[in-house]
Amino acid sequence: MTLARIVSALAVIAICSATASLPVYAGELQDIQALLKQGNHSQALDRANAFLAKNPKDAQVRFVKGVILSEQGKTGEAIKVFTALTEDFPELPEPYNNLAVLYASQQQYDKARQALEMAIQTHPSYATAHENLGDIYAKMASEAYDRALKLDKANTAAQTKLSMIKDIFPVNSRQRPTTTSKPAVIAAAPSPAPAPAITPPVTPIKTSSPTAAPTPAAVKAPEKPVEKAEKPKQDPTQAITAMVNSWAQAWSNKNVSGYLSHYAPDFKTPKGEPRGAWEKFRKERINAPKRIQVSVSAVKVSVKDDNHAQVTFRQHYKADTLNTSATKTLVLIKSGDKWLIQQERIGS
Amino acid sequence: MANSARAHRLLSAIQRGPSAGWVGPLNLLRQHRGKLLLLCATLLLLPLSEPPATAMSQRPSSAMGSLPANSPEALLVQSLVDIQNNRLDSALKRIDALLEIKPHFRLAHLIKGDLLMAHARPIATLGNAAGVEPARLSDLRDEARVRLQQHFDPTPLDLVPEYLLQFEPDQRYALVADTNKARLYLYKNDNGEPRYVQDFYLSSGLKGSEKRKEGDQRTPIGVYFVVDNLPKAKLGALYGDGAFPINYPNEWDKRLGKNGHGIWLHGVPKDTYSRPPRASNGCVVLTNEDLLQVEKFLQIGRTPLIISNDIAWIDRKAWSSQRQSILRNIEAWRKDWESINTERYLNHYARQFSNGAQDFGNWSAQKRAVNAGKTMVQVKLSNLSVFRYPGKDNMVVVTFDQDYRSNNLNNQMRKRQYWMQEGDRWKIVYEGAA
Repeated sequence: MTLARIVSALAVIAICSATASLPVYAGELQDIQALLKQGNHSQALDRANAFLAKNPKDAQVRFVKGVILSEQGKTGEAIKVFTALTEDFPELPEPYNNLAVLYASQQQYDKARQALEMAIQTHPSYATAHENLGDIYAKMASEAYDRALKLDKANTAAQTKLSMIKDIFPVNSRQRPTTTSKPAVIAAAPSPAPAPAITPPVTPIKTSSPTAAPTPAAVKAPEKPVEKAEKPKQDPTQAITAMVNSWAQAWSNKNVSGYLSHYAPDFKTPKGEPRGAWEKFRKERINAPKRIQVSVSAVKVSVKDDNHAQVTFRQHYKADTLNTSATKTLVLIKSGDKWLIQQERIGS
Repeated sequence: MANSARAHRLLSAIQRGPSAGWVGPLNLLRQHRGKLLLLCATLLLLPLSEPPATAMSQRPSSAMGSLPANSPEALLVQSLVDIQNNRLDSALKRIDALLEIKPHFRLAHLIKGDLLMAHARPIATLGNAAGVEPARLSDLRDEARVRLQQHFDPTPLDLVPEYLLQFEPDQRYALVADTNKARLYLYKNDNGEPRYVQDFYLSSGLKGSEKRKEGDQRTPIGVYFVVDNLPKAKLGALYGDGAFPINYPNEWDKRLGKNGHGIWLHGVPKDTYSRPPRASNGCVVLTNEDLLQVEKFLQIGRTPLIISNDIAWIDRKAWSSQRQSILRNIEAWRKDWESINTERYLNHYARQFSNGAQDFGNWSAQKRAVNAGKTMVQVKLSNLSVFRYPGKDNMVVVTFDQDYRSNNLNNQMRKRQYWMQEGDRWKIVYEGAA
């Protein structure tokens, strides 16, 4: 199939190269073409080389040699042959055209385009070059489109990486310096608002979305892992800091029930006394002074797991004449979406 | 295989030889240029999934070239303008220059594809790749549209977003996002007045804005603050060069029962320069280079990020009068609190007041009880900021440090209030610790 086309191409060359005033041995050329047509590439090449040894400038035989090499898949050698032809016979469009085809086969579309533009420059009405140029542009366009739309692969890659995200923010590695170092000044406030925040989002994000507990990404639809991954693992540091502030505030406000609501049902009373006795004792102590001011600073949260944590802080207590400051540790347990005090002790 | 088939096909063309009567692609190209031109003109008219902002298009455009001339977006836009003016070679040169600096700019590849394809066959629209899921192409067309829109309708320098009414002294910058225009605006605190610095292309929620619930893939609308800077080394590939969580859901969101979490300002994966205007699960997404630029201006815990889907722009005069009106109301509230005239003080609170724990009734009762024991009250406010809330409600978010002193109690706290306009007065609908 291909051979037939090449023969025709050479007919074009024959017309063009007549002006090149080179000797044309029609019989020899025809023989080589016949061998090529039969698929006898190596014999055709031998004959062409033998002929060119005597007539090194012959355009038609050089051209057919280039075609033979192309057919043999010797693209590099074929490119050399056609390049040399374009240098020696720049007025011929066919070598440019074939050069372009070879470059295209190597995905060197820009070189192919340049070669075809040269062919068109020499013969502006050379339809083959125009058609080929259209094909080259289409091919280059298609490459550009591929780059424009390679979203699939990218998303897949992002997703596989994303599935690891759950482990990227381990709960206890994300304590913020801002939360732990700045003292929170809390006084008995006229306003029942929650304790002053240390960082703006003092309200635990978690309380508002109880469904935020990690769900296995695998059961979700394909987009879901991305959705889950966009959410960091809940950091309870904020919630716990807020809880400590709220506890200190209730104490400062002498709001006994609010104060006691921070203690877990299984709170370990200091001396092992019954819960009722302890509550009564606390109520007396809280109600005794005219005013109490409790503030905390240097809050350090350490999270054991999703439901267990410990918080250590400096507790500054002012009541009427008493003014103390001590390190306190609260052992916390999570109940529903609230952190509650399970144990309370002086020291860290 | 495909390549050798292609090579054979090309080779086969050799036999046909020159033909005088043949109409080559160059002639076709002349016909197609008109079409390419048309597609760029119509690109601007294509609607996004939400109606485009109207406020911007009604005002006269005053600022041209908010982009540096050599920015990737400027190159892209100039290339599209070249196409409109039938300068396809120049368009391709610019696109090639752009791809030289931003090899992962997908929209640029798409336009390059079109510019090349126009040489081969008639093209009807932006993005002529065959056999592609239409959503892919419409994403890129949307990006082209919003970037072109920004060029033809640039940030107005004589106006300001109506949200930035009062910076606190320490707040050096504020960010205002417009999800419909896919634009993030950076404003500087110039002695309390907002001054435009720069703007950036952004991507927001896949399903649009007005986030309501977990997983709805929408971007929230409201006044937020950047509250954290996540460690870069541990970020997933999706987030690119950084991630800055904001405080969604804020106090007002919670009151309205909105939920979900993990709304961040973040970058893009390394294998792309940008993402389509609607792409995220609700986050506000910038190109990595823009994110790194914005990061320089962020103060964690302080910088506001106000997200709107239709920024209202006002002139300095309107800005000044709105600001004064609100500041007067806040000052009246402070004075009335100091006066220990509880009823006058309570008159600053709306009937629909709620702080999550107390409604107006409980709040009033408690304030009356507390004030009964007062002989002296002093309230000082400092570091006060006022940001208008985007959306239908006439509401502002007020944040300040409050120094409260009285005969029997002193207290210092950082407080946040939401004030809503009722008739000609502003009233407090939420108050709590910030």
